[in-house]
Amino acid sequence: MGKPKTIIEKIWNKHIVHEEEGKPDLLYIDLHLVHEVTSPQAFEGLRMSGRGVRRPDRTYATMDHNVPTVHRNVIKDAVSKKQMETLKENCEQFGIDLADIDHPDQGIVHVIGPELGLTQPGKTIVCGDSHTSTHGAFGALAFGIGTSEVEHVLATQSLWQAKPKTMQVKVEGQLGTGVTAKDLILAIIGKFGVRFGTGHVIEYTGDAVRNLSMEERMTVCNMSIEAGARAGLISPDETTVEYLHGRRHVPNGNEFDEAVEEWLSLASDDGAEYDQTVTIHADEIEPQVTWGTNPSQSVPVGGYVPDPDQVEEDADGVQRAIDYMGLEAGQPIQSIPVEHVFIGSCTNSRMSDLRKAAEIVQGGKVHEGVTAIVVPGSQTVKQQAEAEGLDTIFLTAGFEWRDAGCSMCLAMNDDIVPPGERCASTSNRNFEGRQGSGARTHLVSPEMAAAAALEGRFVDVRKFASTVGG
Amino acid sequence: MEPLKQHKGIVYPLNRANVDTDQIIPKQFLKRIQRQGFGQFLFYNWRFYDDGTKREDFSLNDPAYEEASVIVAGENFGCGSSREHAPWAIQDFGFKVVIAPSFADIFYSNCFKNGILPIQLPIEVTETMIKEAENHQYELKVDLEKQEVTDGSQTVSFDIQPYHKEMLLNGWDEIAVTMTYEDKIDQFEQKQI
Repeated sequence: MGKPKTIIEKIWNKHIVHEEEGKPDLLYIDLHLVHEVTSPQAFEGLRMSGRGVRRPDRTYATMDHNVPTVHRNVIKDAVSKKQMETLKENCEQFGIDLADIDHPDQGIVHVIGPELGLTQPGKTIVCGDSHTSTHGAFGALAFGIGTSEVEHVLATQSLWQAKPKTMQVKVEGQLGTGVTAKDLILAIIGKFGVRFGTGHVIEYTGDAVRNLSMEERMTVCNMSIEAGARAGLISPDETTVEYLHGRRHVPNGNEFDEAVEEWLSLASDDGAEYDQTVTIHADEIEPQVTWGTNPSQSVPVGGYVPDPDQVEEDADGVQRAIDYMGLEAGQPIQSIPVEHVFIGSCTNSRMSDLRKAAEIVQGGKVHEGVTAIVVPGSQTVKQQAEAEGLDTIFLTAGFEWRDAGCSMCLAMNDDIVPPGERCASTSNRNFEGRQGSGARTHLVSPEMAAAAALEGRFVDVRKFASTVGG
Repeated sequence: MEPLKQHKGIVYPLNRANVDTDQIIPKQFLKRIQRQGFGQFLFYNWRFYDDGTKREDFSLNDPAYEEASVIVAGENFGCGSSREHAPWAIQDFGFKVVIAPSFADIFYSNCFKNGILPIQLPIEVTETMIKEAENHQYELKVDLEKQEVTDGSQTVSFDIQPYHKEMLLNGWDEIAVTMTYEDKIDQFEQKQI
């Protein structure tokens, strides 16, 4: 027996193509996911230098950022349309599988990778998108890359990467009723800040993490980048195995059994050492609402907008965030009215997210003056939700029911929050202008977003559920 | 890629922490399929009103910084999205060097692919530089070979990974470098099957 190792070290060591003192390692990439926004210049680079795609079979593409979520085939913006057509042409030219806008598998790249079983434990996975960390939920080493690196992986199926530092985020105890995986990750970022993970790969451990479903784990790992970590992962266990069993790209029969044995062996060894460990107690976490313009600026739903005079650091930044958000210091979170509600994004658009939101919505009505939309993460999620009648619940309550895409998370398509208006959003970033120029974003869980839609303001979903009997 | 060995330029002080890539280049400009021409959209929502007129209250619109080619900013510069459009916009606008107490990982690595040198310096140093540049025209000289930044009276040294340094000094095409390891990639793939 050697020294106990973390899953991060185990995956890393298995993927080193070349190592040399004083240089980053050349790391093999098992799976490269591609979308329309960060790939056109990479393909153009290949053409200009006369290079090809080394492993089209390890590359998979979809369209998600730009796609309309209503009137699928009417793409009003000529530049968006051109970008989508370009992806299609590039995939045809280089022989890459593409789930384009009409394809039944189309969806947000970080929703369909796991759904199709492309995402598996132990893989190195990259995509020109920072939320690639999502796939870490399976015990994969998954991280976002820039377009030059997209081109590099297309050409060589590898990347030069300096070995990251490791960080354990230990979540002790259990999450309370009405407290979700989204609240957990917002609380982690709220407690430790938006750059505590910089230079590190995070492994989430502890009882509360073990008890999360795969979809909940994806929500947590998704927002690792919001903590500054390029990747965040969770050691695989029976929950992982159960989710993957029978998925299209997952081996079956004896091969599956062999794969499972290998997957489970990747889990971090007892006694493995991390460069850093931080701990958070799940029992102390309450439903979160962000009030500011970065994801660490959150408080429990019963809390208040902070006073810049009372904060320990960056008072100017806090004041600027409060001004941008049109709030006042000391204002109760539950007094903040919302005009828009967005349930969707690679953070929270999977079946369990929609089911939980629908439970809150069932029998209620969207509050006057609120526009609420539900955007399933993939066309597969959409179909399954419709089979369960969730669409009817949302539509009856006055929500809009859309086709799959990134949508209002970053508002590259027509799903835009107008200037000065406020959105309760299940997405991952509350940056200035993220959901539209001048738009004000509050990040919340799907349950909290659903409750805000019905009440027209933020409410504590725990009290809400008991009063409506939900 | 153009090599970058030394650079001398006027500092544009951006006294904000957590400048995210959505601010550096907003999403409505990510639809283009070219690499060039993103400079006009740099910090768009800070530089312009919705109707396209300039915001006089944003410092980059101050004529004093028109010739600036070095950004000095607060902690965690470039956080958020992986969009390489951010360094493309910075470079196309005319900036060659970005100095901050800390950088987000993906942005940091994207800079080197585009001939931009990101320099990490202690916050006491960056804060002083920001104050200087807010008060008068302030010039810095960067020497990558020596790993030094100087304003003529004070000189500070900075750390950089040798790989990144070589890449900028030589203006390497990274893919061409990797191609020289093709046999090792072949071997790795054979072993994997």
